[in-house]
Amino acid sequence: SFQEKEELIEEWQPEPLVPPVSKDHPALNYNIVSGPPTHKITVNGKECINFASFNFLGLLDNEKVKNAAQASLKKYGVGTCGPRGFYGTFDVHLELEERLAKFMRTEEAIIYSYGFATIASAIPAYSKRGDIVFVDEAACFAIQKGLQASRSNIKLFKHNDMTHLERLLKEQETEDQKNPRKARVTRRFIVVEGLYMNTGDICPLPELIKLKYKYKVRIFLEESLSFGVLGEHGRGITEHFGVNIDDIDLISANMENSLASIGGFCCGRSFVIDHQRLNSLKCFNTLVLVSVLFNLRLQKCKAGTRSEDCLFYLDVFQTLQEKCKRIHRALQGISGLKVVGESFSPALHLQLEESRGSRESDVKLLKRVVDYCMNNGIALTQARYLEKEEKCLPPPSIRVVITVEQTEQELDKAASLIKEAAQSLLN
Amino acid sequence: IHHIVQNGGLYKKPFNEAFEETPMLVAVLTYVGYGVLTLFGYLRDFLRQWKIEKCQNATEREEQKDFVPLYQDFENFYNRNLYMRIRDSWNRPICSVPGAKVDMMERVSHDYNWTFTYTGRVIKDVINMGSYNYLGFAQNSGACQEAAAEVLSRYGAGVCSTRQEMGNLDKHEELEKLVARFLGVESAMAYGMGFATNSMNIPALVNKGCLILSDELNHASLVLGARLSGATIRVFKHNNMQSLEKLLRDAIVHGQPRTRRPWKKILILVEGIYSMEGSIVRLPEVIALKKKYKSYLYLDEAHSIGALGPSGRGVVEYFGLNPEDVDVMMGTFTKSFGAAGGYIGGKKELIDYLRIHSHSAVYATSLSPPVVQQIITSMKCIMGEDGSSIGKTCVQQLAENTRYFRRRLKEMGFIIYGNEDSPVVPLMLYMPAKIGAFGREMLKRNIGVVVVGFPATPIIESRARFCLSAAHTKEILDTALKEISEVGDLLQVKYSRHRLVPLLDRPFDETTYEETED
Repeated sequence: SFQEKEELIEEWQPEPLVPPVSKDHPALNYNIVSGPPTHKITVNGKECINFASFNFLGLLDNEKVKNAAQASLKKYGVGTCGPRGFYGTFDVHLELEERLAKFMRTEEAIIYSYGFATIASAIPAYSKRGDIVFVDEAACFAIQKGLQASRSNIKLFKHNDMTHLERLLKEQETEDQKNPRKARVTRRFIVVEGLYMNTGDICPLPELIKLKYKYKVRIFLEESLSFGVLGEHGRGITEHFGVNIDDIDLISANMENSLASIGGFCCGRSFVIDHQRLNSLKCFNTLVLVSVLFNLRLQKCKAGTRSEDCLFYLDVFQTLQEKCKRIHRALQGISGLKVVGESFSPALHLQLEESRGSRESDVKLLKRVVDYCMNNGIALTQARYLEKEEKCLPPPSIRVVITVEQTEQELDKAASLIKEAAQSLLN
Repeated sequence: IHHIVQNGGLYKKPFNEAFEETPMLVAVLTYVGYGVLTLFGYLRDFLRQWKIEKCQNATEREEQKDFVPLYQDFENFYNRNLYMRIRDSWNRPICSVPGAKVDMMERVSHDYNWTFTYTGRVIKDVINMGSYNYLGFAQNSGACQEAAAEVLSRYGAGVCSTRQEMGNLDKHEELEKLVARFLGVESAMAYGMGFATNSMNIPALVNKGCLILSDELNHASLVLGARLSGATIRVFKHNNMQSLEKLLRDAIVHGQPRTRRPWKKILILVEGIYSMEGSIVRLPEVIALKKKYKSYLYLDEAHSIGALGPSGRGVVEYFGLNPEDVDVMMGTFTKSFGAAGGYIGGKKELIDYLRIHSHSAVYATSLSPPVVQQIITSMKCIMGEDGSSIGKTCVQQLAENTRYFRRRLKEMGFIIYGNEDSPVVPLMLYMPAKIGAFGREMLKRNIGVVVVGFPATPIIESRARFCLSAAHTKEILDTALKEISEVGDLLQVKYSRHRLVPLLDRPFDETTYEETED
């Protein structure tokens, strides 16, 4: 009755919009960086060497890049004031897409204005409700969000475990035989990363390709960390393994790591990429910052050595890999901390060898190590995760990033400082 | 003719919004048009399948021919047969700053829009009625650009880290304090992309067991954010307060669908200006409802920030309301500030919570320094803090342009949707063929317009959408109006019979809501 309804409405009390947060929550107080986050960085007032920004090739500070960006700023201004479809496509966007496609040796490329959004909107453009996606457990959060938005069936396989994946694929095959009509319209995908952000190792691409043809599954490769790092020319993990790039259906990468700018791109065959131009959710939105995005790349195209389709100086990759190997060796054998990641991966994790009980106490302990290093001139950071939202939460760790600009003394200093911190704080 | 709503003194000035009804003859002809196109579509597909006609789009690899097909044929029917015919109205590349006049690259197609080639010529000084440049800050010279250039040379162009790790620059802190001051809230937080701001923060605020009431015509980013959060979504009719109230009452009285337990929270999602309709949200009524039923309000001011209100502070100022009444104020920097990114403003507890739990703060790179500087300079300019009165003149110029443009178009006899004060002006075209024709004819006369059809709008309500800007002078508007009138006569789109349906008489039927639970 009306009276009862009024009473119910009076009585109802909602929860507060957000629960209160404690003042000393570890993620609340951000580090404030004054000045550019380049090789020498001023964090919270202290001058440090930067071991925390993903500036692998040192392009954040490159003079040529900045000059080209200035020129483009003078011509186009800062924003594009519109999505791609409505006068937001500049000639430089088209040129950038062409260059990227040419560099990666694929037919077409499409750029996005936000790195996170790249893979998170590429996946739902192809995989819909009812399709099946096999994804690695250690996949990054952007992939997880893309999968959630796609509403497909998700099957996780153990990290880099090809036998588990094959078992899942076989199970799927037996399912298919029971219902062949449905199987003919269910699409199947495998989503893997080239260089995993959460564990620092690479996926076994040649075996994946064998599985692809055996079980007729398409592969989506996410190359945010490996683009510009692996391979002889920096083309990523396909070049590293010498795999034919047409075997991968879609490669997605974000330009925020080695290319030191904003945004991301997807490349592949026209058959695959063209679909995204109309159907992808976030590409449809404002494409940002012509000056920043484009000129970074254009500049690198000009800076490339002999052939037209090289983007980077060739020897920069070898230098980077040597430095990675050096620090990987130097960080071995620290009591209390173990190094997680391949020896040529420029983004490593340092995890506690044994947990101190709860995640909170581990995080606090690692914070003390990080603070010790920062007070002595090495800027490190903990790897941050959303604890409640991740499907498979990695253990707390310190992220160590190696860039081309770090000298050997600095690498050695960092390693010894971490050793000291570990010895004094962890024992 | 125009219905003025004075709802118990909630509105301090007249709220003039009107949506003229589709003339019957036009509706019938539109359906006939689509029917003919569909038939032709089937015919062409048949011919392509039997190889009588060449198939022009890209195909699957030979080695992968026996894989499950990537696209279902029917999904792409619209794309292949209708969209392809008029594809040249979209994705037009430009090669200058997107100000009031823009240079466009000329492109031709020799195979009916399947591929485009660029002739290399540039069409100069096309009047730009499509870019979201409301206050005219899309400039490549002047104070904003100089400041951005300086920051670019000092800080570089990227950040290479997330907000929570090493990506929080002093510039970001400065920006957030400024945004909070501009909006009149306690604190604010800025993100790299406007779309992503919605889709990453709504899941942080609500989850399973909460209820989201969202407007029918909400933007895709709000819908995606609502879906990703896992809460129950119910849709109320566009800008219809009775519908919203009914949903609120039912929700509180009946509780969650199966368990009958009370809802944890109710969040109302509305936008300031709806970009396809040009309508402004009825904010005073929404706030009254929200207070009465104890729910929370999320206001997306993507288009209205900078464009409405006597000093450009958005729809809250336009209605003369208190910004503290809106729980979450969200907006983007792309439209009025000539930069990129989004922000959320609100109470300090809310922002602190978002600093920890927002997906974007943990996993996505922060804003790029030159962009931040552009926002700071343009915001200071609008507020008048840089010492000049450019900001004030821009806001006034935009309001004048809006009134003038809408009045003239109505006088000419076009059907215009939306509120009198909104700088987004949709002009109804209805028929599919006129969509393409309008776009092309206007380009011939050196005016660039935006035309939209299905699926962004309902199938028979295709329209051309003009976005006014403070950078448009009266001469530019007069030229544009003259050409629009000419094309309107040519294509016979002047449908208006000046019989406007007063707002409250729009039939309000039983709100049947569909619950979408993922």
